[in-house]
Amino acid sequence: MSTVPATTTAAGVLERVKGSRLLWPVVALVALVVANAARNPGFVSIRLQDGHLYGSLIDILKNGAPTLLIALGMTLVIATRGIDLSVGAVAAIAGAVACTTIAGAADPTSPAAVAKGIVVALALCLVLGLWNGFLVALLGIQPIIATLVLMTAGRGIAMLVTDGQIITVRNDAFREIGAGFAILPISILIALAALGAVALVTRRSALGLLIESVGINPEASRLAGLRSRTIIWTVYVFAALCAGVAGLMISSNVSAADANNAGLWIEMDAILAVVIGGTSLAGGKYSLSGTLVGALIIQTLTTTVYSMGIAPEVTLVFKSLVVIAVCLLQAPKVRERFRRRRRTTTTAGVIASAAAATPADADAAPAPDQHGQPVGPDARPATARPADGSGAPKQKVAQP
Amino acid sequence: MTTTTPTRPDTTARRPGTRRPGTRRPVIPGRVLPVVATFALFVLLFGVGSVRYEGFASGQVFANLFIDNAFLIVLAVGMTFVILTGGIDLSVGAVVALSTMIAAATLRAGLPAPLVILLVLAAGTGLGVVMGLVIHHFELQPFIVTLAGMFLARGLCFVIGVESISIKDPFFRTLATGTIELPGGVVITWSVVIALVIVAVAAWVLHRTRFGRTIYAIGGSESSAALMGLPVGRVKVTAYAVSGLCAAIAGLLFSVYMLSGYGLHAVGMELDAIASVVIGGTLLSGGVGYVLGSLLGVLVLGVIQTLISFQGTLSSWWTKIAIGTLLLLFIVMQRLFTRRTP
Repeated sequence: MSTVPATTTAAGVLERVKGSRLLWPVVALVALVVANAARNPGFVSIRLQDGHLYGSLIDILKNGAPTLLIALGMTLVIATRGIDLSVGAVAAIAGAVACTTIAGAADPTSPAAVAKGIVVALALCLVLGLWNGFLVALLGIQPIIATLVLMTAGRGIAMLVTDGQIITVRNDAFREIGAGFAILPISILIALAALGAVALVTRRSALGLLIESVGINPEASRLAGLRSRTIIWTVYVFAALCAGVAGLMISSNVSAADANNAGLWIEMDAILAVVIGGTSLAGGKYSLSGTLVGALIIQTLTTTVYSMGIAPEVTLVFKSLVVIAVCLLQAPKVRERFRRRRRTTTTAGVIASAAAATPADADAAPAPDQHGQPVGPDARPATARPADGSGAPKQKVAQP
Repeated sequence: MTTTTPTRPDTTARRPGTRRPGTRRPVIPGRVLPVVATFALFVLLFGVGSVRYEGFASGQVFANLFIDNAFLIVLAVGMTFVILTGGIDLSVGAVVALSTMIAAATLRAGLPAPLVILLVLAAGTGLGVVMGLVIHHFELQPFIVTLAGMFLARGLCFVIGVESISIKDPFFRTLATGTIELPGGVVITWSVVIALVIVAVAAWVLHRTRFGRTIYAIGGSESSAALMGLPVGRVKVTAYAVSGLCAAIAGLLFSVYMLSGYGLHAVGMELDAIASVVIGGTLLSGGVGYVLGSLLGVLVLGVIQTLISFQGTLSSWWTKIAIGTLLLLFIVMQRLFTRRTP
């Protein structure tokens, strides 16, 4: 307990940093940047030219914006214990619709055409999000499977919209979204603005808490008076809108809509970014700042592999290893094992470590329940309970 | 213990059976109803094709369904095992690509064909075992682990080589070009025979062995299966190993079909496999389903593809939309069935 006044001192700050969930992601990001800078000192240099910032770091921000935006939507979806696999396909559809609308307008170079294209694309994304939410919240289909439908059919729809062609547009206003600069790339400004808005809305009101509580137990939340379905539905709509804007950025960056390759595998990147950021796939807690760091790590990793001259496709190997490592670190079983070892090794600092471990306990404790529950009506926790119940008292009787 | 074991299949059997309020005693047992529905859908689609297009209703068009989808059949068989346990395996498409890549690269390096085949099978099974172990022992969600497996397998393809490698091995070539003539002048390839043998073996394993029954038990309720003393961990890991093995076999069939190895082969094939299994009537929550249903599911996808190619004016991306729609239809149907029974 003597540590309590120490929170204001340097040691206390260090302690708080140590306990932060963001510590390891930030360390990883810094390590990646440092490693790159060591290899190539030009990596960290940023120069101002014609009112634009140039440099590798700025490129990372610019290319990472779509991933960040999609990861932002994904964070909220995952916080409700869901997943959205269709974001890549939705991004492709948004790009396809925007480009075909602009290309088909009376004056394809006018800003009005761009506005129309964006509105049409985002309206369609809204519908797609409503559709995903309908399947998950109302029909109660498992999120992976429900969004798998759109993931499969979505690229087909995008191909249908573009008629199988790569649609190119020449429109300066449209180009601004993904490739424009206002000192910083406009795309990252949009993504950061969205992140800020979400942070403000969910963390400065009770909404974030409600989303988390739906993720922990939708049924209990409903009984407590929350509109679980509406919240889940909203989250999927938001994810689809984020994916739509990201799709606009991707197609605007190359001034073309490629139904096959736009946003290909971006859902994986987004999930990865969310998981690295410390949001648990089991739902119930999320970290927006973690997602920001996670998305930056992913993009930096991709850029690193590019700059090392390895085939860009090989990034997948690194990404897979990172996913597994992060998931293993998050797994309740592994955490438990770590904690047990710490307890047995340090005898002197038992109280201190136990006090430090309590928040971690609180994090990990509900996890087994969450794992058991979503299996559905077949899970039959009732069958397991009597067995546990009958087993436990017997042991108690036997012990004295 | 022994008295509880036979009751398991009965409860799963009754569940789909109660879904029709009007018919108390259905002529068809409820648990095979989804398979029958898929079969009816297949017959319907084939019938529509036969009526609309000249030359559709021939034995060869039917045989081509098997020839062009032999690898998908094998893939769906493996996926059935995993989905029956209540899991999912997203890595299979990538493992197919990895298998073609390993086969092509090692054959180019001059290794004999039998050794290459063994190597590919070992790689696929090994990856399956590792994923199964991680899923079971660390209690991670199957989809995230197999997603990582998918990344890993795709990445490893590109580690081997970024370009497509063609296969010139005489054994693979003869397997690709060799045909068997059936009565009536219908020609099939060896891949079809291999795929059908695998379907038969899988059906036998699922219904006639202890391992198969344990798979159904785990899918019905994992905790009940564990309380019954069934080796849940071992069987679950084996199910992923089977899926990996099937993916490797499918990869070999695919490399025979394409006669090349390439890291971008079979992109999205895992979705086709899952769709076939679901359309074949297997419940995604596990415990209910048949390998034969998955075979029919593949045939339904195949006949849709054939219909679209016969139509000629429709573009190939309609296939994706059609598969997505069918998948949705069957999922919603499943959902309605399972919701009826509390």
